Amino acid sequence: MTRRLGSTVQLLGPAAAIAAVGFVATLVSRANEIYFLNALVSVAIVVAIYVFVGNSGVLSFGQISFVAVGAFAAGVLTVPLESKVGVLPDLFPFLRDHTVGSATSLALAAAVGGVLALVVGLPLMRLSGLAAGIATFAVLEIVHNLLREWTKIGPGATTLSLVPETTGALQATLGALLVVVVAFAYQRSRLGRLLRATREDPAAAQAVGVGIHAQRLWAFTLSGVLCGFAGGLYVHMLGSITTEQVYLELTFITLAMLVVGGLTSLWGAVLGALAVSGLDSVLGKAEEGSFGPDLPTGSRLVVVGALMALVLILRPSGLTGGRELSLRRRPA
Amino acid sequence: MNVLAVVDAQTLVDAVGLGAVYALMAVGIGLVFGVLRLVNFAYGQLVMAGAYTLAFTSTWPVAGSIAACFAVVIALSLLMERAVFRPLRTSSPAVMLVTTFAVAFLLQSVALIVDVRDDTIGEPASSVAPLNQAISLAGVDVRKVTLVAVGVAIVALGLLALLLGRTTIGLQMRAAAADFRTARLLGVRADRVIAFAVVLSGILAAAVAVILTVQNPLVSPDFALKDTIVVLVGVVVGGIDRLWTATLGGFAIGFATGVINGALPTEQTVFLPSAVFALVILVLILRPAGLFARGRGALVERV
Repeated sequence: MTRRLGSTVQLLGPAAAIAAVGFVATLVSRANEIYFLNALVSVAIVVAIYVFVGNSGVLSFGQISFVAVGAFAAGVLTVPLESKVGVLPDLFPFLRDHTVGSATSLALAAAVGGVLALVVGLPLMRLSGLAAGIATFAVLEIVHNLLREWTKIGPGATTLSLVPETTGALQATLGALLVVVVAFAYQRSRLGRLLRATREDPAAAQAVGVGIHAQRLWAFTLSGVLCGFAGGLYVHMLGSITTEQVYLELTFITLAMLVVGGLTSLWGAVLGALAVSGLDSVLGKAEEGSFGPDLPTGSRLVVVGALMALVLILRPSGLTGGRELSLRRRPA
Repeated sequence: MNVLAVVDAQTLVDAVGLGAVYALMAVGIGLVFGVLRLVNFAYGQLVMAGAYTLAFTSTWPVAGSIAACFAVVIALSLLMERAVFRPLRTSSPAVMLVTTFAVAFLLQSVALIVDVRDDTIGEPASSVAPLNQAISLAGVDVRKVTLVAVGVAIVALGLLALLLGRTTIGLQMRAAAADFRTARLLGVRADRVIAFAVVLSGILAAAVAVILTVQNPLVSPDFALKDTIVVLVGVVVGGIDRLWTATLGGFAIGFATGVINGALPTEQTVFLPSAVFALVILVLILRPAGLFARGRGALVERV
């Protein structure tokens, strides 16, 4: 009974935090709503990354590439037909001549993200910890390069615009909740527990017959699915996007969120995303001069970078200590 | 051999030049990794800081400007070691990598703030530009800086080999790289060895800063960022566990980038990063333990 209750709290805590942010988003002015939507979409992206990085303990700099393909797949597929030929003339015919609804585009974004993750995960997951993390940079670079230069699949170096802005407060809240529920279900499943065993002690896990490569690949693919989905939410929130928006800076900021919250717990991923996103919004407004004198451009990233480094040095397990939310006080 | 058929001598010379620069960066990253098990993602920002120093001192005599560059980069390396590496010494490799990733973005943003004071992004570094002139050797244009890069790489690697092989501090560094705890028990002073490795890696970063600034005199906050990512991937492909395989990996990815750049048709060169990184993934499929690693590496590191 107590265990049941404990695990419910682990899911309900993050869900309540997301619902609260979504609720506030409906109360504030139109101009400020974007900051709350951004926080919710950040939760979706960070939890999607957490599914792989948090559960496996293997660092990845490549998950944002799945967000990128999800965003561009969902974006390109929802630009209205009558303007598509004009703004994206070089597309492959099957992309140019079809347009789907926003809900379908999210599903397709998730599928594209998952397939890409599976394909690149096959070779990369054979690498050991650190090497795997750095090699994922190769994925980020390839995807960024192709999206930026190949005009048959997207807008190339120009901005993709005219995407329907269908991610409102409700959609962002539901989207973030969906990602959190999937992540929670996965980490409590048999597969999730096997992967976490390889994180805690790879040698022991292998010795009892856990296939590290297969378990990591599962999580990498699931993370790709969720990242693609989150990318779809992201593009429908923004309405227009460039390849630079889903590249190094987003990789940095989402990793900062995950690390600040605590790498190894779902609660940490959600809390970190909300906290850093809130801080980032305030600093972004300060750079625009909302609070007295302008902060110079770039001070946003200086503060986030310093915060991330400080947390890692002083409290490497993050704000939550890498633990799930619990009602009981744990002995220190 | 048909790859060589489409690649002329000019391409090969440029590829060797790029490979030499990347090899220097790989040594800088590999030296610190050897003693600290730390992959310094912020290495490119050391190079960037050096490049900005060259830009801001471009009215000085060339020698003074280059000396300032070395001083700034070495000072920044030591500061980084004291403020970031030392508190992290007992952390896991992943935590160390993410922290240096944060430091990289921090330094890059600081550079942005400093740079846009004059409302433009990018500062020209003109004083070292004359090194970029080409001289003709047997019909092949060789830029002076390419010769400098290759020369510096050979001399630096030679000196490093002597230092590691023939001196006490070199022996201590190798011992620390093999097993840090045992080395300390046997009387190797950790702080001294680490500081020495960090200074060496800073010297190499400063040399790379000078070479890259000559080749590309407009210094911007993301200067050397792409190069660092490429070198890090190259180091992993070569085999990060040993300095020589890491260095070879750095050289190989630079050389491959140069050759692929020459072999791609002109309108396809925008896809150069995709081609290079696709090659990387191919190598990783074939040799997951590293291109130059001996035998099959264990899947689990150091259990």
